[in-house]
Amino acid sequence: MKQWLNQHTQALHQVLGRMRLNLIATLMMCCVMGVTLCLPGILYVIVDNLNRLAGVVQNEPQLSLFLKLDASAETIATLDKQLQNHPDIKSYRFENKDKAWQQLQLNAGTAGVANSLEKNPLPDAYFVYPKAIDPDTIDRLQKEMQQWPGVELAQADANWIKRLDAVLKLGKKAILVLGVLLGFALIAIIGNTIRLQILTQREEIEVSTLIGATDRFIRRPFLYAGALYGLGGGIAAWLILAGVIQLFNFSVADIAELYASNFSLMLPQPIANIAMVLSAVCLGWLGSYIAVGRSLARLKLN
Amino acid sequence: MIKFDQVSKRYPGSHEALRQISFEIEQGSLVFVTGHSGAGKSTLLKLIAAIERPTSGTVLIGNQNVSKLRPAAVPYLRRKFGLIFQDHKLLYDRNCFENVALPLYINGVSGNEAGKRIRAALDKVGLLDKEKAMPITLSGGEQQRLAIARAVVSRPSILIADEPTGNLDENYAAEIMSFLYAFQQVGVTVIIATHEPPAGAPAPHQILQLDHGVLNNAALNKGVNTHEAVA
Repeated sequence: MKQWLNQHTQALHQVLGRMRLNLIATLMMCCVMGVTLCLPGILYVIVDNLNRLAGVVQNEPQLSLFLKLDASAETIATLDKQLQNHPDIKSYRFENKDKAWQQLQLNAGTAGVANSLEKNPLPDAYFVYPKAIDPDTIDRLQKEMQQWPGVELAQADANWIKRLDAVLKLGKKAILVLGVLLGFALIAIIGNTIRLQILTQREEIEVSTLIGATDRFIRRPFLYAGALYGLGGGIAAWLILAGVIQLFNFSVADIAELYASNFSLMLPQPIANIAMVLSAVCLGWLGSYIAVGRSLARLKLN
Repeated sequence: MIKFDQVSKRYPGSHEALRQISFEIEQGSLVFVTGHSGAGKSTLLKLIAAIERPTSGTVLIGNQNVSKLRPAAVPYLRRKFGLIFQDHKLLYDRNCFENVALPLYINGVSGNEAGKRIRAALDKVGLLDKEKAMPITLSGGEQQRLAIARAVVSRPSILIADEPTGNLDENYAAEIMSFLYAFQQVGVTVIIATHEPPAGAPAPHQILQLDHGVLNNAALNKGVNTHEAVA
């Protein structure tokens, strides 16, 4: 046990010493990995924040039900009953056309327009709040109500939310694709770096093998190096991400103010950050493992 | 201790380097492997040190059959040997102390215990005052002594030296040989490959004379039974 621990601390010590000797090269390497990793990270932040924004708006989706201008009191009563008995509807509000007309005339901003019109152009209207807020339910409700007699137009205000939802789904897929592709790139970058290191330490590997080093002993420092590069890259990616969000938040705050909102971009959840760094470590380890395995096999053939 | 039985070694695409070699080496003996260049001395040493596997025949090292050994077990067998190469195979990117430390690190020994053993090994070959020096600053003889320190630091039971004096002038060569004889005196099996057996070798010693990959049975052995199987 002590021996095992010894060997690991030795390997780690050796790798850290080597990295300190080539500090600039190591930092460059971490930067390259950081930039590569932060690309899917930035996309994730965009999608994540849009999702949040959609969530804020999505709280109260509503359907507007504009009745025909000649809708009779009987029709309205029937509609009232239908709305009351519908299982998917949480609440609804009736807006009388005469009352709305009065309001329009009283409102300072619209009084001029309203007075130039001879008769009331407004229909009676219902504002319907469904129980479920998912786009599918709202869509179904809108289609159903459009069929009801006396209804001129059933309009779902959630239409844009539906589109946003589709865009977000697309975004999530893009993150996945980009993540996988850049993951391969990372494995290749680290693998190549480790391969070059193996070449420079070829003599040491040969001598060590001759005097009884196991493959695991030879592989160990390189695996640590790969994992440490991954760790450095992951942390660099997080720093870049935090910097980018900070930078964008200045502009986002300005825009949000115009919409009377205090919305600002947020870093992903801590768990997502940790997952990003950990996956970088794993990719580094994997890239290094592949490179060392190939190089060792080649050294043995010679 | 070491037993070869009808061992042949053929490298792919070339002639047989060794043919039907049989011999036995007792624990603690001094053995010279002699012969002209290309006679198969290095191949024989590589077979003993489990660096190569025989094409046919059996190589037994302390009752372990090398050809039946799992690849993963080979490194552990190699740790029984201290290897000294003609070209030293020192690592020039680290100082003397760190060069000698390598076998201990491989064995998982570190810290004070390692430091003590490294200094003891350097002391034995007279390089204690050079522990911080880089190998490239040492003379040829000193470099070979450093290689000996590295070979003995993990206290191997068998010391194998492939033409350890090949690149050295006579004075240095005698000095290196006397270091190797000293280890045999304390019970280590010492196997040395040379062109000619050196004049001042202490008796008893065993000579394995190779000629074009064949063991010459008529070789002179001073005070040792050779246990040679008749082919």
